[in-house]
Amino acid sequence: MTTRIVVLGGGTGGTLAANRLRRDLDDDVEIVVVDQDDAHVYQPGLLFVPFGLAHLDEIVRPRQRQLHHGIGYRQAAVDHVELDADRVVLGDRSVLDYDVLVVATGSTLVPEETEGLLGPGWMEKVFTFYTPDGAAGLHDALTWFDGGRLVVNIVDMPIKCPVAPLEFCFLADWYLQELGIRDRVELTYVTPLDGAFTKPVASATLAGLLEEKGVELVTEFNTGEVDGPGGRLVSYDSREVGFDLAVVVPLHSGAAYVGRSPGLGDELNFVSTDEHTLQSKARPNVFVIGDAANLPVSKAGSVTHFEGEVLVENIRRFLAGEALDASYDGHASCFIESGFHKALLIDFNYDTEPLPGHFPTSVGLPLLKESRLNHLGKLMFQSFYWHSLLPGRDIPGVGSAMPARGKHREPSRP
Amino acid sequence: MPTAVYAGKSITVNDEGFFENPDEWTEEMAPEIARASGIDELTEQHWRVLKFMRAEYAEKGTGPTVRVLGKTSGVSVKELYELFPKGPAKTAAKIAGIPKPRGCI
Repeated sequence: MTTRIVVLGGGTGGTLAANRLRRDLDDDVEIVVVDQDDAHVYQPGLLFVPFGLAHLDEIVRPRQRQLHHGIGYRQAAVDHVELDADRVVLGDRSVLDYDVLVVATGSTLVPEETEGLLGPGWMEKVFTFYTPDGAAGLHDALTWFDGGRLVVNIVDMPIKCPVAPLEFCFLADWYLQELGIRDRVELTYVTPLDGAFTKPVASATLAGLLEEKGVELVTEFNTGEVDGPGGRLVSYDSREVGFDLAVVVPLHSGAAYVGRSPGLGDELNFVSTDEHTLQSKARPNVFVIGDAANLPVSKAGSVTHFEGEVLVENIRRFLAGEALDASYDGHASCFIESGFHKALLIDFNYDTEPLPGHFPTSVGLPLLKESRLNHLGKLMFQSFYWHSLLPGRDIPGVGSAMPARGKHREPSRP
Repeated sequence: MPTAVYAGKSITVNDEGFFENPDEWTEEMAPEIARASGIDELTEQHWRVLKFMRAEYAEKGTGPTVRVLGKTSGVSVKELYELFPKGPAKTAAKIAGIPKPRGCI
């Protein structure tokens, strides 16, 4: 009898997991990937679309073509998962039985959960760059923007790529300077966090960069309402930030079908997952990769890539009846575009916050510091994404575990 | 580590005043911590949230975020802010004697 692995989601996590599984497992294991559409978006590229530095047709490719030979592809919505019966019920009511399920359906934007966000003004003076349509609409709006209050707002965590809204501010500053209208724009960053970023050392560095670029930082602002016609963000504790153009990162949830699958997800439809083995807490034969998991890591492609190796090894072990390998350490690595052909790089895991130094060793890319080299790294990453990361190849010299060499441990915390 | 005295007992807290050891917390301490956080009187609705926080912490090892509280505690986010104006997740965690929620990454 053949064994079937069903992978829900053909994005970053589902694609690289399926490709790695196909390479590591024998032909008697069938692998099927399910996704509701055939548009694989290189999501880091969305940040550049509003500024005309990337176009949608360059960052979207067919999903199925990213999958290796010998992997089945089913284009269908998922209605729900029946954990007790080991089967997935698809949108057309057909059923896929599985021996192992991989949940890789990422996160979904839920702008409807914020009062007024989708009301009058949406896609006119209130945008998000987190969707292809939003990024393209914002590009048009910026073309017409000739001054006023530009506000960048995160409604609440968790969000995909927590550094992207900061990058948006840095790039907007650059873009407006190039246009010669920077002095006519008040640029404000409005966050629910108590600083520019979640981790102390990086937060201080990034707050410094915002200040250097003349971006006002408003913290601990929990957006309760977006008033498009009035041009106001209103917080739950009744503070207000006025805008002429608002760039809002909406609330994120896990995929809706997770909520329709009893026992699979938490209250936000993310799947409870073991931090080190990537096995779900719902069932031993359900594994999770990428943004769909409720892990205390950034929702980011690098995290998904570093998880891939552990996930695939653990599925192999599970099928062979062996003990799982608890080695995923929460490793994340993110380039932060800071404008003017420069970028920073941060590298961290569950236990180590982003620190200065070099990556992956003491002679590598500078960490937590602006450099042209990092910007080139970010540009090269797009090609790497399609040709190495999705096919499931490792980065030469960079393993799944976070490299500690090259990082400066001070300043130590009490 | 700093300490604070609640209900006559010396408690180890972190720099921001969150309990290091939630087992040291007793219900008698809550009104004192609340007053220190600017809440003069704990109503039944406050207690509903505090008990929910304790239960969530016991089950999951971390307190819920405001958004999760609004979805699961039976108290809307708007009302949560009326009860705990300086930020429901953090203030309620502090009064309930559990560590600062680590919801944000």
